Amino acid sequence: MNARLRWRKFLSNFMLTMTGVCAVVSVAVLFFILGCLVYQGGTSINWNFFTKLPVPVGETGGGMANAIVGTGELLILATLFGVPIGFFGAVYLAEFSGSAMAFVVRYAADLLNGVPSIVIGIFAYAVAVHPFGHFSTYAGGFALGLMMIPITLRSTEEFLLAVPRTLREGAMALGASKWKTIVTVIVPAAYRGILTAILLAVARVAGETAPLLFTAFGNTYWSKGLKDATSSLPAVIYSYALSPYDDWHRQAWAAGLVLLVLVLVINIVARGILSRGISVPR
Amino acid sequence: MNAFARQAVSVNITPPVTAGASRETAAPAAMRMTISKVNFWYGAKQTLFDVNLGIATNKVTALIGPSGCGKSTLLRTLNRMHETVRNARLEGEILLDGKNTMAQDVTLLRRRVGMVFQRPNPFPKSIFENVAYGLRINGSKIPVADAVEKSLRHAALWDEVKDHLHKSAYELSGGQQQRLCIARALAVEPEVLLLDEPCSALDPISTAKIEELLVQLKDLCTIATVTHNMQQAARISDFTAFMLTGQLIEFNPTPQLFTKPSDPRTEAYITGRFG
Repeated sequence: MNARLRWRKFLSNFMLTMTGVCAVVSVAVLFFILGCLVYQGGTSINWNFFTKLPVPVGETGGGMANAIVGTGELLILATLFGVPIGFFGAVYLAEFSGSAMAFVVRYAADLLNGVPSIVIGIFAYAVAVHPFGHFSTYAGGFALGLMMIPITLRSTEEFLLAVPRTLREGAMALGASKWKTIVTVIVPAAYRGILTAILLAVARVAGETAPLLFTAFGNTYWSKGLKDATSSLPAVIYSYALSPYDDWHRQAWAAGLVLLVLVLVINIVARGILSRGISVPR
Repeated sequence: MNAFARQAVSVNITPPVTAGASRETAAPAAMRMTISKVNFWYGAKQTLFDVNLGIATNKVTALIGPSGCGKSTLLRTLNRMHETVRNARLEGEILLDGKNTMAQDVTLLRRRVGMVFQRPNPFPKSIFENVAYGLRINGSKIPVADAVEKSLRHAALWDEVKDHLHKSAYELSGGQQQRLCIARALAVEPEVLLLDEPCSALDPISTAKIEELLVQLKDLCTIATVTHNMQQAARISDFTAFMLTGQLIEFNPTPQLFTKPSDPRTEAYITGRFG
């Protein structure tokens, strides 16, 4: 074996190893984070964590019931606000608009998707907090909903466009109007994909902190209603992690664990729905 | 467009059926639909040139010709499906029972002129709901279950599916799916049924079943079918129209067109010299 061949064999093996290591590292990051959260916060997860309010510094125990419920409320509000706009916008884009209009809307949606979440937060503060003079759950839901619009819109549009043209023709040839065709054939044919897209959008905004800091703000107690500021898991993690108390640090880890598990579960459910197959053969 | 195809052709709208050429009866056939002076463009490209044709009531009319000759386009103008394509433009007149189709409400027209497509395209619903679809969207007063059974019987599918009407339509075979699509079209009781190469995606046995079905169905409605299978046209149709590069070359009773074609291009095509 001459020197050149040896060098080439070495380089080949070296690069193969490097690519393999990089692949393992990318997977390992997720498990490392999960392991870290379980190690640091696992001990704080107990029944109280899910049912009790936070307690003042110095007392042990307490929980994050208000933050868990708050996150749930925020996600429901965000879905109610963002999904209809994204969904109907996608129906318009996929079924009615001309190509120029569609191009502009798609481009704008992609840009909106790229707007940093802190900027969304400031905007939501200016629109939904400042005029009313107080932080509110509504404002937090509004900020998260804004982020869900472009995600829902783009993916819903893709799933609608993927419905075969022959199905549209089949419905229209039976005397269905365009609107009836969409409602009775196209959306039902694409619903799995659309549902998946919505779940992924929910998972995407579930962990957002920045838009909530100036909108839903935070709350040590139960929120008095949707007009009142509310606690949320990401905001609690942020403030507890910055505190100087060990017990709060542990609670922040635990909250992180709950949040991550929530997002993972949503993701797995979404993939499950999608992998059962688009119900229409192409 | 070559000079060969460009030659002027004169075609009678009404085929000469009185000479005893029709298979069934010597009585002159009434026209359910009449196509007169139809020109058609996709954008700047003209695909139909001055087509005149009649679709005889309760007969099977076949449109034949090589790929791209405009036979599918012509069929799709009959229920105005061409309007679903952007940049499509039609000039001329198409009459259904003597009334201009362009002046009618398009959804009502399509209910009267049903269509079956090249590939089976059942909806992602149950077998039952597929057939019931046209009745439901049209708000029909006909009892749905009866109509579904009747249509499935007409489409010769009832015995095969009656025990699992609520299964997904996608569990059926390709040939069954196509018969389901025919049942779906029949459910709204159309006066005319258009079929755009209904057997091209099917195996020979399924094809034979559908051919047999079409011949039976002409008592129920008027049928116009596109096919690039000449034997099929010869087997099932009463009248055949031969098209070439967007023009109607010859339109005659089927036995006459296949045995004594009046145009040399028809003869060249049916004897397999081109296409």
